[in-house]
Amino acid sequence: MNLEAIKSELEAAVPGCRLELVANPSPSGQHSLRIDAAHAVALALYLRDAPGLRFDFCSNITGIDWPGKQTTEKVKLRKLIDGIEQDIEELRTTTSPGSLEVVYHLYSVKKKHGPLVLRSSTQDRDANVHLPSLTPVWRSAELQEREIFDLFGVVFDGHPDLRRLLLWDEFQDHPMRRDYVEPDDFEYEPTAHDEVLRRANQHLSEAGGKLQSQGGGR
Amino acid sequence: MVDEKLKNELSKQGIFTTTLEQLYNWGRSSSLWPLNFGLACCAIEMIATTMARYDMARFGAEVFRPSPRQADLMIVAGTVTKKMAPQVVRLYNQMPEPKYVISMGACAISGGPFKQGYNVLKGIDRYIPVDIYIPGCPPRPEALLDAFMELQKRIDQQQLTGANRPRHLNADEPSEFPVPRFGAHDLEPAKNPNLWKAPLVQIAQTSTLQTVSPQAGTDESRSH
Repeated sequence: MNLEAIKSELEAAVPGCRLELVANPSPSGQHSLRIDAAHAVALALYLRDAPGLRFDFCSNITGIDWPGKQTTEKVKLRKLIDGIEQDIEELRTTTSPGSLEVVYHLYSVKKKHGPLVLRSSTQDRDANVHLPSLTPVWRSAELQEREIFDLFGVVFDGHPDLRRLLLWDEFQDHPMRRDYVEPDDFEYEPTAHDEVLRRANQHLSEAGGKLQSQGGGR
Repeated sequence: MVDEKLKNELSKQGIFTTTLEQLYNWGRSSSLWPLNFGLACCAIEMIATTMARYDMARFGAEVFRPSPRQADLMIVAGTVTKKMAPQVVRLYNQMPEPKYVISMGACAISGGPFKQGYNVLKGIDRYIPVDIYIPGCPPRPEALLDAFMELQKRIDQQQLTGANRPRHLNADEPSEFPVPRFGAHDLEPAKNPNLWKAPLVQIAQTSTLQTVSPQAGTDESRSH
């Protein structure tokens, strides 16, 4: 099963689709195929139904959070300073919007091949977090897409029942995002270390940072 | 109270004497019916305890009831997620008195390895009173049997009257506890302050935490 061959076959079958090979440099070499959101359903239907491919089983769906990156670059400018035009260099910081990525792992039970790894990214992490749902194509995607909606906040258009799966409906925010801030609910910890110790000290410094006893034991 | 010597003498003559208190406690401790519910991997050990190899039926506790209305004992076996906690408290409230709770395993005691997570309750004793704590991850069936025998011993020692009488005979003590609501990030309230207080611990503003009173640790066995 050659990913290059699948890519060219898809490009011929679904006109206008933008595909990109994402190479995996690790020894496993599980390269993946990035698909564009607009043609995702058409591509998925072709992958499922094409006689040579027959990817009839969507085994796993994962979310990845890519936070925005800050890049600093030097820009040369001509500016009027004190009435004289001068060449100056300015540092300009730009923040890329970041994205939420959803990864699908497809197998073919009929053809006994796989996995085929599909990736699909949202435009950013705030307003444009919509992706087409592939639940109409693979029924097994339903709960996993709900989980990704719950934990990452990707909104799957066309999903039949998009509610929170693991957390309760009143929960706000998406805890698997890298910038999720947990509420400060630190309490007694017998062997605090690493991250727990950092949170303990942060909690203490906010509480006044002095010796304190928390009530009495039962 | 019947004198112990007289009681022995009478039993040799074929006369059995007892007190109402002993009879009452014997009846309750010998027919503890657990609630049929498990939350995580500890429940597998609980199931193993009821089967032929460990045979919990020897203690009169083989009748796992599927309804809280018929159960005396709640074995909180496994991780209590924040989403599940209100239902656990509600099940406890629906059980008739007298009722007992065994907190089985590290997660039910303190949240266990998931204590720092956003979705796991840091111990069921924040909402309902726990009689016996069993440490372990998960505890072996022998540990559950030991906890069970300990609970039977506790019931046998209960007095029907007086200041030390158990909760269900004291009208002033609550039989139901408030069910927490779902909040934006956590349960509200995060604990029942009448029931649970953070263990006494003094923390210096240094890079290390110093525990002063180790006897008040949350995951200590059988602290009550």
